Amino acid sequence: MHINIILAGVGGQGILTIAAVIGRAALQSNLTIRQTEVHGMSQRGGAVQSHLRISNRTIYSDLIAEGTAHMILSVEPHEALRYLPFLAPQSRIITSIDPFINVENYPAIEDILAELRRTNSPVLVNAAELAREAGNARTSNMVMLGAAAPYIRIATEQLESAIGELFHAKGPDIVDINIRAFRKGQELSQTQATEL
Amino acid sequence: MNKHLLLGAEAIALGALDAGISGVYAYPGTPSTEITEYIQKNSDALAQPVRSSWSTNEKTAYEAALGMSYAGKRSLVCMKHVGLNVAADAFINSAITGVNGGLVVAVADDPSMHSSQNEQDSRVYGKFAMLPVLEPSSQQDLYTATREAFDLSESVKLPVLLRLTTRLAHSRAGVERTLARMQNPLHAIYAPERFVLIPQNARRQYNVLLGMQKELEKRSEQSWLNRLITGTGSRGVIAFGIAFNYTMEVRQTFKLDFPVLQIGQYPLPRKQVESFFTSCDTILVAEEGYPVYEELLRGYFGGENIKGRMDGTLPRAGELNADIIASGLGIEPMPVMPVPDIVVQRPPALCKGCGHRDLYDALTAVMSSFREHHVFSDIGCYTLGALEPFNAIHTCVDMGASITMAKGAADAGLRPAVAVIGDSTFTHSGMTGLLDAINDRSPLTVIIADNDTTAMTGGQQSSATGSKLLDICRGLGVEEEHLKTIVPLKSHLEENMTVLKEEISYDGVSVVIAQRECIETAARKKRTKVAST
Repeated sequence: MHINIILAGVGGQGILTIAAVIGRAALQSNLTIRQTEVHGMSQRGGAVQSHLRISNRTIYSDLIAEGTAHMILSVEPHEALRYLPFLAPQSRIITSIDPFINVENYPAIEDILAELRRTNSPVLVNAAELAREAGNARTSNMVMLGAAAPYIRIATEQLESAIGELFHAKGPDIVDINIRAFRKGQELSQTQATEL
Repeated sequence: MNKHLLLGAEAIALGALDAGISGVYAYPGTPSTEITEYIQKNSDALAQPVRSSWSTNEKTAYEAALGMSYAGKRSLVCMKHVGLNVAADAFINSAITGVNGGLVVAVADDPSMHSSQNEQDSRVYGKFAMLPVLEPSSQQDLYTATREAFDLSESVKLPVLLRLTTRLAHSRAGVERTLARMQNPLHAIYAPERFVLIPQNARRQYNVLLGMQKELEKRSEQSWLNRLITGTGSRGVIAFGIAFNYTMEVRQTFKLDFPVLQIGQYPLPRKQVESFFTSCDTILVAEEGYPVYEELLRGYFGGENIKGRMDGTLPRAGELNADIIASGLGIEPMPVMPVPDIVVQRPPALCKGCGHRDLYDALTAVMSSFREHHVFSDIGCYTLGALEPFNAIHTCVDMGASITMAKGAADAGLRPAVAVIGDSTFTHSGMTGLLDAINDRSPLTVIIADNDTTAMTGGQQSSATGSKLLDICRGLGVEEEHLKTIVPLKSHLEENMTVLKEEISYDGVSVVIAQRECIETAARKKRTKVAST
């Protein structure tokens, strides 16, 4: 078992929470993990990425080498494209299709989707809509984690229990909403996978 | 769960806590901030207690840490690489006095300048001060090495420099903890012959430091941080610090078996290096940062068989990664997908609703009425005022330089001379410059953007904000009628412009403090309040 995931998004979209959940679940599954974060300057509405590596053997590098990522998991469609050189052959993009527009020259969403569809069987997720259905628009990141779950070889129970621990301090309602969001994403992803 | 999921920075913090520190001293700076923050939030540290609030700057932090060591207790002092420039006077001289309780200085370098103005290599400072330097390559090693650094410091009676770089500081991994050690008892020593650095003592102490160098090298020879990974073939890699990780990654990915000499403790273990050179025909020197040891090795062994940053095998600037090491070893890169042409840059920007935006709107409007409209600025979120759409500031060099550079420009005849500096940067290194300006009656306007926090690094407590800042300005001698406060809000644009215009036109020192809380800090406070009710 050895998985390299590029997490992508814009500062403030919650990709570090996704990383924290996977990290916790991986550690509980006795796996080795490395997960880089971006701090400081790049947080202010800039592009944010995190390299997440999980393995059952020694991981040396904190960074993922180009052409070796098994997945780009993005909470923003345009940001998913930025890291294409990292993607290994036959690996896929799993991304939200909700644009985060804070620059004037943001490309047309149709062009972004066209580029995404050009990659190997991407999983495109209407994350904001599913998050609202789950009960809170701010849980898009957990929808995306759910969408990625079928492709991360960590047990669903471990991921859900990590969500529970992470949001524990915010009360049972918040935990429930986040788990609901996670399941919505997972369901969508599984349906797409069977259709393929 | 036996393992703690920790950032490299946090592994240092936990290592120091378990080594029994009595205090941590620091000024925030990416990528070092999380070391101190971890200790501030740690329940064991709170219970002990371990002293942990923010210092005004790196120099005050370093000196306080040295004082705690003088009193016999263990102390940790943390900063980013450029912070060591500020603390350098204390740092270099503490190598001459030596220490009593263990003193470890953790410095996080930022190669590739993700959040910094240069990529200086702190190992140069280590050599300069002739102190032991540790450079572990994993989070677990950071934990263990930090613990041991305090023992080393007490054993050789010298401060120990612990160097790490951005990626390790900001990457998480599982870390196993060992039993915590008790804090040292208070045992201040009378040792004026060491600590009073008048020339007669300094000369003797300097000789003591010189005499220690052989011992320090011996410690390096014996250190587990320096080790040989045996292999086959005549080509080897000497991998320093985090470069070891990338080298081993390449070895694993491409199923190679070249020998690797890992270096994580300095001074350089000369014997190990010599024996490695005898066993290899060509050697790649992989260092994160400057080619500090490549230069030295070329001096020892001649240049023909050495590859590295100096001959272009590896790039001279920027951080390393596995791709760069692979290419340095002559491995052809795999074809990868290109970034589509439609992808655009998304540069960092001031937050929507940030008070700095309204300050710059007012300032730029006022400055446009002058022929010369130079604005000297400083280091913080407000530095983003240099970018579109503001283009409001024209300098950012080092902490506090806005005021002193504006003063020098005013001395040269530049009118108006305007400085923009944040509250935390002002107390860090701006106050002394303001005193210079007052003593010289330099025609200068200092705008202090007081957002009540150290925002850029994530909202740490600032040393002086609000009325305390006004008191400091008064105390330094700013005239009451030229000490103004404004609230940077859109609705105050007209009156703010009036105040700024008046003070910028004044032919003497004036200070305008723009007071409005950072919106991020305010939102965080609100969330905490909601969560606790």
